Amino acid sequence: MASSHGTPPVFNNKVIAWIDHRLPVFSYLEKEYHTFPTPRNFNYFWNFGAIATVMLVLMIATGVVLATNYTPHVLMAFDSVERIDRDVPQGWLIRDLHMNGASFFFIAVYIHIFRGMYYGSYKAPRELLWILGVIIFLLMMATAFMGYVLPWGQMSFWGATVITNLFSAIPVVGESITTWLWGGFAIDNPTLNRFYALHYLLPFIIVAVVALHVIALHVHGSNNPLGIDPRGPQDTVPFHPYYTMKDGFGVVVFLIIYAGVTFFAPDYMGHPDNYIPANPLVTPEHIVPEWYFLPFYAILRAIPDKLGGVLAMFGAIGVLFVLPWLDTSRVRSATFRPIYKWFMLVLVIDVIVLGFCGANPPAGFWIPLSQLATVYYFFHFLILLPILGKIERPLPLPPSIADAVLKKKAA
Amino acid sequence: MRKLLVTGAIAAASLVTAAVAIAAGTTAHPPHKHWHFQGPFGTYDRAAAQRGYQVYQEVCAACHSLSLLAYRNLMELGLTENQVKDLIKDIQVPDLNDDGQPIERPARPSDRFKKPFPNEAAAAAANNGKAPPDLSVIIKARENGPDYVHGLLTGYVPFDKLTPEQIKEFAVTKDDNFNKYFPGHKIAMAPPLTDDKVTYVDGTKATTDQEASDVVEFLAWASEPHMEDRKRTGVRVVLFLLAMAGLMYAVKRSVWSDKH
Repeated sequence: MASSHGTPPVFNNKVIAWIDHRLPVFSYLEKEYHTFPTPRNFNYFWNFGAIATVMLVLMIATGVVLATNYTPHVLMAFDSVERIDRDVPQGWLIRDLHMNGASFFFIAVYIHIFRGMYYGSYKAPRELLWILGVIIFLLMMATAFMGYVLPWGQMSFWGATVITNLFSAIPVVGESITTWLWGGFAIDNPTLNRFYALHYLLPFIIVAVVALHVIALHVHGSNNPLGIDPRGPQDTVPFHPYYTMKDGFGVVVFLIIYAGVTFFAPDYMGHPDNYIPANPLVTPEHIVPEWYFLPFYAILRAIPDKLGGVLAMFGAIGVLFVLPWLDTSRVRSATFRPIYKWFMLVLVIDVIVLGFCGANPPAGFWIPLSQLATVYYFFHFLILLPILGKIERPLPLPPSIADAVLKKKAA
Repeated sequence: MRKLLVTGAIAAASLVTAAVAIAAGTTAHPPHKHWHFQGPFGTYDRAAAQRGYQVYQEVCAACHSLSLLAYRNLMELGLTENQVKDLIKDIQVPDLNDDGQPIERPARPSDRFKKPFPNEAAAAAANNGKAPPDLSVIIKARENGPDYVHGLLTGYVPFDKLTPEQIKEFAVTKDDNFNKYFPGHKIAMAPPLTDDKVTYVDGTKATTDQEASDVVEFLAWASEPHMEDRKRTGVRVVLFLLAMAGLMYAVKRSVWSDKH
């Protein structure tokens, strides 16, 4: 689709024409963000790519400002964050935006991933687009984890202890790897310093992978709620102004919720223990990561064996890389997959249940529940999806996007 | 759209079930009090917080530091600079003189709150091996901080009021302090507040509950001095975004009008 559009634009402004002749940034913007033919039938789930992009920019902008006031030293980090909160002009605002921005970035990305799964956006020819997305997700997790360590509160320290200790489960070289990660024989100042450096570095790598993600997206264009390819101009609209306006509206609505939490309950999504300065001699009663890691944390703890738990946790993300090949159905959108549709919803509930399992101490009924939910998670990807594609009878697909849109309007 | 609603309903139902399960697992919640600073428009009760400072200074400060605050911060509670200077005129803080020799000098508004012990080891040594926690962010560092701290300060049960089951279950002796809301119940801190422990300058009757409430108001302010600014900014930001969303929606509708 994308390759078929229009003649090169003509710029009336002489400066723009001069620049564009030498460095075609304006032609590029015109082609990829103005005339870019986009399916006309997006629902609001398609806003979350734009929303995630806005959150990424916001996190980098607030993060750079925070970095100018933060001190990465075990004896000073906690107080320097409090100093930002108390003494730096508008420091509290920047910090609260950054702290809650991480959560809302994950909210946007989780909905974006759900959208991709529900509407089969990972299927041919968008497999690499999907894989780049999973890489972004992994990089985000690494960045968020290291960012949470920086305030050097109790959960920072003990979260870092739990996660870095995972690598010691690797046979033979595990202990050496952990020591190498820590930069010493325990989590200490070298660990904090390198986490700070990497926390500053990784977002820019995310930006680079996002660029690849967008380039891959613009080769074949976006998927859409019907999951069928546009067949001509009647099926598409130019990206601008149609989707710039729709995305803009969606972004503002998202920002309202984000602002609501940031300004009226900034600590709601955090853990009170992280306002206690890190103390290597006192272990918190329950060590829990940030909410967006809870489902994976539950999978880690569901397996009674340490190495097995680590493998399961990384495997839970690993299966996403091969999702395009696990799903054998050729129909993209769940709208036309009467059985898959319901299993997709069961998967969402399963992940939420895993989240609650991760938030609670591994005792009583939480242990069998987390094991059951873990088994179901892998069952969905490894067994259900390959089989379902073979046995499910999809509903008839509409002949074209325009046809479906106009019929819906008439009904 | 209907499918989305169904999804939402199922997700919400599972959340509620799980939340109920979590709530059932814990015990001894401190009673919920309404605080002046709670809610989207709540502000600090300046008079209560000033009384709370008096409680902190006369009672808590003997053991607990408040290291993130400076005396000048008290001006945010409605005191003038001269009032602050007057409040701290008897406080002596450690410093070095021009010859580098340690001295004590009268506190200035720019000084951080004086620490009761020269260092953590000294604090621990004077308190049976464990230093009393700093109170700067204590309200944020506990689940339901305001209720918890208030509950803790008023939740002591004298030994002779304990049931034999409690004494047995928690292995309480006559020398222990039993607190209803402290995890494990046995707390190193002796009951710090009693009726008329302080004499309020504004004439408020100093019951134990009043003292506890006032010091919580003060400590809540200490943990987040900019809270009122945050909420005020939030109201403006949300109102702006709502107007912006309305405008964006109208423009979006008009842009799309030829496609629907």
